[in-house]
Amino acid sequence: MTVTTPTPAPAPAPAPAPVADRPGRRGGGTGRWGRWDHRVSPYLYIAPFFLLFFVTGLFPLVYTGWVAVHDWDQIMGQGEFVGAENFVSVLTSDDFWRALVNTVSIFVLSSVPQVLAALAIAGLLDHHLRAATFWRMGVLLPYVVAPVAVALIFSNLFADRFGLINALLDTVGMEPVRWHSDRLASHVAIATMVNFRWTGYNALILLAAMQAIPRDLYEAAAIDGASSLRRFVSITVPLLRPTMIFVIITSTIGGLQIFDEPKMYDQFGRGGADGQWQTLTLYLYELGWTRADFGRASAVAVLLFLLIVVIGVVNFVISRRIASEESR
Amino acid sequence: MHSTRRRMLLATTAAATLALGACGGGSDENGGGDGEAGDGGGDITLSVATFNEFGYEDLLTEYEEQNPGVTVEHIKADTADNARAALRNSLGADSGAADVEAIEVDWVTEFQQYPDKFVDLSSEEVEGRWLDWKTEAVTLEDGMLLGYGTDIGPEAVCYRADLFEQAGMPTDREEVAELLEGDWDTYFEVGQQFVDETGIPWYDSAGALWQGMINQVEQPYETPEGEIIALDNPEVRELYDQVLAASVDDGLSAGLGQWSADWASAFQGEEFATMLCPAWMMGVIEGNAEGVEGWDVANVFPGGGGNWGGSYLTVPAQGDHVEEATKLAAWLTAPEQQIKAFEAKGTFPSQQGALDSDTLAESSNAFFNDAPTGQIFAERAEAVTVTPFKGPRYFEINTAMADAITRVDVDKTDDPDSSWDKFAAAVEELR
Repeated sequence: MTVTTPTPAPAPAPAPAPVADRPGRRGGGTGRWGRWDHRVSPYLYIAPFFLLFFVTGLFPLVYTGWVAVHDWDQIMGQGEFVGAENFVSVLTSDDFWRALVNTVSIFVLSSVPQVLAALAIAGLLDHHLRAATFWRMGVLLPYVVAPVAVALIFSNLFADRFGLINALLDTVGMEPVRWHSDRLASHVAIATMVNFRWTGYNALILLAAMQAIPRDLYEAAAIDGASSLRRFVSITVPLLRPTMIFVIITSTIGGLQIFDEPKMYDQFGRGGADGQWQTLTLYLYELGWTRADFGRASAVAVLLFLLIVVIGVVNFVISRRIASEESR
Repeated sequence: MHSTRRRMLLATTAAATLALGACGGGSDENGGGDGEAGDGGGDITLSVATFNEFGYEDLLTEYEEQNPGVTVEHIKADTADNARAALRNSLGADSGAADVEAIEVDWVTEFQQYPDKFVDLSSEEVEGRWLDWKTEAVTLEDGMLLGYGTDIGPEAVCYRADLFEQAGMPTDREEVAELLEGDWDTYFEVGQQFVDETGIPWYDSAGALWQGMINQVEQPYETPEGEIIALDNPEVRELYDQVLAASVDDGLSAGLGQWSADWASAFQGEEFATMLCPAWMMGVIEGNAEGVEGWDVANVFPGGGGNWGGSYLTVPAQGDHVEEATKLAAWLTAPEQQIKAFEAKGTFPSQQGALDSDTLAESSNAFFNDAPTGQIFAERAEAVTVTPFKGPRYFEINTAMADAITRVDVDKTDDPDSSWDKFAAAVEELR
């Protein structure tokens, strides 16, 4: 959206109008200062964010890359320059690849159902409900609960031998699931914790976007005889496209950086005796803080960053294509 | 108009939640102030960083009263792990550490790699104050003393007298001690009889037994020369095979990972009959087994003596009041004070003078059938003869070993041989 422009927009000029020729838009600032003010001040207004980002975001990012090419002890600090040695040792380690597979598996098991469920919940909340705020706040509750508390509750649900879920399975005559020993089962359990926490949050974001959709579109569709499901699929989902992309990308980033839930899934927080649910961030933590090897930990961080960028781009392309096809 | 307002409300809520979420993480890593000079001339503030329960609350007030001009600030971390992380961060950044920092025996070796970061605490005044093995563990080759001993975890055997009775075995703690007197084989043989009789596992976890076993080996994983011998040391492999044969093949272990939710729940049932039991474990058992009657403790430990856990007070060199801090640490770890800490929170003293005291000798534990626990554990402390050499890689190698045992005993995803191969791969990576 542009700021209000009282002057009529210039008709499509045949000759490319030089920027300096444009009349001063504001009454106060005229001449050179006014033009300078007009051109520079928007950047000044957003500068604080970028300054902050440079200090707290970009600098650590670049510095991590610097640490990754050195022999670096947590306490003794910088050592020799070793080039790509840290990367080679990480990439040739089975632990890294196992952690990568675990991360992707947990990410898929959590993000996909999460976004779908969030969409469904948002769709339901978009109807006229009594005490709407109550229900909307209700879906956000799991997000407010501290992750540690969530982990405590779920560790009782998913305990291998005396857990609630296995007890229930037992009463209906099913075999207990080995939630910690079995690799896939542990991923499902962790994904459940993640979904518990984030589904409501994503639902609210999608709901906010849904409420911005003009109501007359629905009315017109209803008059044309479209069912409510049809209206949801053909109007709501396509118009949610930008928000969907946002939700998918944030949940991708969050999903690949998942740490709290696997860390607190058992009493040791290292991802299982066989690394069944050791994610990349847990692996990074083990390298950096248990083995005090900041060099290799940073190498993992850089690789994780690249992975997120790649998956994020793929995500973006796919979700854009899908959404634009639907809107056609 | 109405719907815009609603939307704004929603956005505000979402933003507020985001901010709340952001507050949730971090911000607890600060190790504490570096003891800045107080307002009056010569007044100082000392900070003491501990974790869990050291029982120091009243002692610090007492110290302030005895030493006018000194204010002591107590920084308590909720878990030992958080305290370790905070101290490591402070040492790495060369600022932020407390004047007196408590460290756990398990991290002693890793901090020994950075002697320059700590003050040498050796002095004539404190010589001979502690049990020899307690001091040996923090004494460097050049004679530097890294920390003052606080408590120790001498190990006995805790058992369920009611389950022993079911198996037709003696239940009196003296008789049980006699029955179990001997090496690990004796412990396993008695266990086999018990299991044959009742069908209930003998102990909770193979990993817990490993802690007891490996702490009786002089040089388990590394040599003082810095060589990693974990894979070549026949003793390690023998103990590994022995504990897993007994645990899995003979079914003596309940297969519960210590500290897991399952393990904690198991105390409420009849899931196992004995536990290797350092002094501090009594509190854990009492908490988990609330309402269960029959726990008792026998003055015996397979293969002699054993110690599990215990802490030290160190003085980081970065502090501003190193001398005053050393004085405070020495005072806190003197026998008289440690007895008071023991009475407050049950931290078992490591000081020779405290071990001989009457207060300790007279203390007993109602939950454990009024066992004279002070006397029993004082004797168990005397029985510790071996101080295993723990090199800088001890923690990581032992963690890999604990994983190897868990894979076979708890997860049942590997057999002893394949699990050993994975352990070997993990150790190779450390070389």
